[in-house]
Amino acid sequence: MKTSTTTDAYLVNAYIKGNESALCELITRHKQRIYSFIYSKVFDRDVAEDIFQDTFIKVIKTLKKGGYNEEGKFIPWVMRISHNLVIDYFRKINRMPKFENNTDFNIFSVLSDGSLNAEKKMIKDQVENNVRRLIEELPEDQKKVLIMRVYKEMSFKDISEQTGVSINTALGRMRYALINLRKVIDKHNIVLTN
Amino acid sequence: MQKMYSETSRMEPVIKNMVPKEETIKFLLDYSKALSVIDYNKMKFEALLN
Repeated sequence: MKTSTTTDAYLVNAYIKGNESALCELITRHKQRIYSFIYSKVFDRDVAEDIFQDTFIKVIKTLKKGGYNEEGKFIPWVMRISHNLVIDYFRKINRMPKFENNTDFNIFSVLSDGSLNAEKKMIKDQVENNVRRLIEELPEDQKKVLIMRVYKEMSFKDISEQTGVSINTALGRMRYALINLRKVIDKHNIVLTN
Repeated sequence: MQKMYSETSRMEPVIKNMVPKEETIKFLLDYSKALSVIDYNKMKFEALLN
């Protein structure tokens, strides 16, 4: 036991001094113990592989930065790092539980992605642009009422107060605005659907 | 109760003598070779050189 720890300490020193093959020897010597320890906690080969890798990345960084000062206790130190990373892993999956589908129930059959895909978004933007351009072509009084009603979501009472006309006139302008828009759309065969 | 106690708690037994993949080891060794720590004014900078 004593010989093994001394040798570990020697290899660690050699590695710190720039001997890369010392790291290879250290990993080869302890990989089974560390990996089995991690696997015994997580029971997932891929996760164990990731944690093993992260453990040694931490080991490498610490050794290269000269932050290692537990001479003779290399393996307990590495085990502690892997243990901490296992704890981090469980904390993370508790925060973000992973839902695994089984054959009886697929979560994606009830959940859907409501956001538009790139193509639909482009079409939507295009339709909205076309509508804006059509509105620009309307007579000024009709355009004003339509914008207030549709884009600013104002009531006809508020529109009539702001434009200084009666509610009936405002309603009439809105009606004509829509009729005119439909006419232009039909005449030019403009498609405004997503 | 009997059922609860008699069931095995693990989905698969712990396999001893498990080792990480060769590619993981290779990655670590390559990472170690590529990583250099630059000391500057008591500050340490990591640099990955390929």
